Amino acid sequence: MKNRYTKRTFLLEIVAIALAIVFMIPFYFVLVNSVKPFAAILIDAAAWPEEFMFSNYARVWEIIQFPRAFMNSFIITTISNIGLVLISSMAAWKMVRTPGKFSKVLFILFVSAMVIPFQTVMIPLMKVGGTLGLTNSIPGLILMYFGFGVPLSLFLYHGFVKTVPVEIEESAMMDGCSSFGVFWRIVFPLLKPITVTVVILNTLWIWNDYLLPLLVLQDAELRTIPLAASSFFAQYTKQWDMGLAALVLGITPVIIFFLFLQKHIIKGIASGSIK
Amino acid sequence: MEPKIETGPVRPEAQLKPVPKKGLKWKNILTYSAFVGPALVFFLVIQIIPFLMGLYYSFTSWNGVSSAVEWVGFDNYIRIFTDDQVFFQSFMFTTKFMFAAVVISNVIGFGFALLLNAALKTRNILRTVFFLPNVIGGLLLGFIWQFIFVKGFASLGNATDLSLFKMPWLGDEKTAFWGIVIVFAWQISGYMMVIYVAALQGVDTSLLEAAKIDGASNWTLLTRIIVPLILPAFTICFFLTISMAFKIFDLNISLTGGGPFNSTQSVAINIYQEAFQNNRYGLGTAKSILFFVIVAVFTTVQVMITKRKEVQA
Repeated sequence: MKNRYTKRTFLLEIVAIALAIVFMIPFYFVLVNSVKPFAAILIDAAAWPEEFMFSNYARVWEIIQFPRAFMNSFIITTISNIGLVLISSMAAWKMVRTPGKFSKVLFILFVSAMVIPFQTVMIPLMKVGGTLGLTNSIPGLILMYFGFGVPLSLFLYHGFVKTVPVEIEESAMMDGCSSFGVFWRIVFPLLKPITVTVVILNTLWIWNDYLLPLLVLQDAELRTIPLAASSFFAQYTKQWDMGLAALVLGITPVIIFFLFLQKHIIKGIASGSIK
Repeated sequence: MEPKIETGPVRPEAQLKPVPKKGLKWKNILTYSAFVGPALVFFLVIQIIPFLMGLYYSFTSWNGVSSAVEWVGFDNYIRIFTDDQVFFQSFMFTTKFMFAAVVISNVIGFGFALLLNAALKTRNILRTVFFLPNVIGGLLLGFIWQFIFVKGFASLGNATDLSLFKMPWLGDEKTAFWGIVIVFAWQISGYMMVIYVAALQGVDTSLLEAAKIDGASNWTLLTRIIVPLILPAFTICFFLTISMAFKIFDLNISLTGGGPFNSTQSVAINIYQEAFQNNRYGLGTAKSILFFVIVAVFTTVQVMITKRKEVQA
């Protein structure tokens, strides 16, 4: 019943493709107008550009210091990801393998924090961050992402570790392997599927995050891509020609990331949320 | 009746060393701390300590700068309930928005999932397309749609003469509300679709075929078999959309900035402004604690309701 391609399937396919085209119209508007002169945008935003003008991009590239913003975003996202994978996988494994009241209470504490809205902790966090010297610095921001990312990452690892059979670990322990040896040589490679999911979810969140970098990073040189793009809109409101070019520059890296990994991303999101 | 679930695996140490020795116990605590410690420390310093401090500040009139923190008891909370029209307005907006956004994004997401569950040839490409808005941050999506509403809709209005496109979408209180709902649904429904698709693929087709032979209509199949079988997916999707809609900030900031006349100001924006623009940290944290309670209550109640349905099914 499922695999036959009938007339009905064909009709459904047409409907689905039509929907997808409508769904993508906003991107058409942004792309087409980002290469038009300002006057042409005002006349008709839907029209195909008469000539492709890339000077918008060149100017925006300079103004928002795109390479620097990109590097900042890249460093923050990469190091936060590495740290979160390490600390969450280690903690989750040890907690699952050491059943008992303490591990259970700890797990509940981690998980229930997922309901805390960021706004609830942001104000005192700025005070704590100021005291510890974490504000206005990229390493400080990364450490904050460690703290905010732990609950979800640990939750995903925790669910996955439960499905990993314990026998191999036991025999390795018998042979005299230390806890660290068991974890890094045997367990961590087995966690690969969930690690991919954790990295993807954290990457999308950290790369696109706006409020935390806005609060933590004051210097213009430290700005991430969302901050750089938004500062452009604040300063040059209604300068649509350049604003749209800034938007395209801002969203391109993450779209490339997505197109390369889309299979893993979609699979990871599905498995990450069903658990 | 199932016996006990969640007993977890047997502790390896207990099996290997049936007689625990005193010296070994310390070693166990040390390894436990080495593995769990880093995660716990970051979590405590970044989330739990600020949360507890917030609880304290919510009872003070602290302005965020001065070193004198004055205890004012429940004053902030009383003020929020009795004398804060704007917060009340932003709370009403956020709640209304949450209901509209949850219904619309789940209907669309589930619809996409049903459509893509058919054996379409373009299925993988379409899934990618519908998911695409999720990879772009809410802030930039808001700017993109600001352009669509202001310029794009005007051009479409001229071309088609439809009044739908000629309305001042972001300039009017009613349409601005729906504008944000549209953009939110456009972004989130693809995410929901992915979760629903995964659930639909887990449905045993032989069940559906059997029901079909018994003469069940498509509608009966959907409402009596498919939906009850994938209720866990609904629990997750509702939980995710409720909490995302409640916490809306980036998209809201860049799309309408809370306007016109604060009519689309979300609670998250209200708290941000109170603390960082009006410099009323005490009042801001009191609002944020209330906000936490509201989000927690809504999401818990929702999960309890849908979970109960799951058990019956």
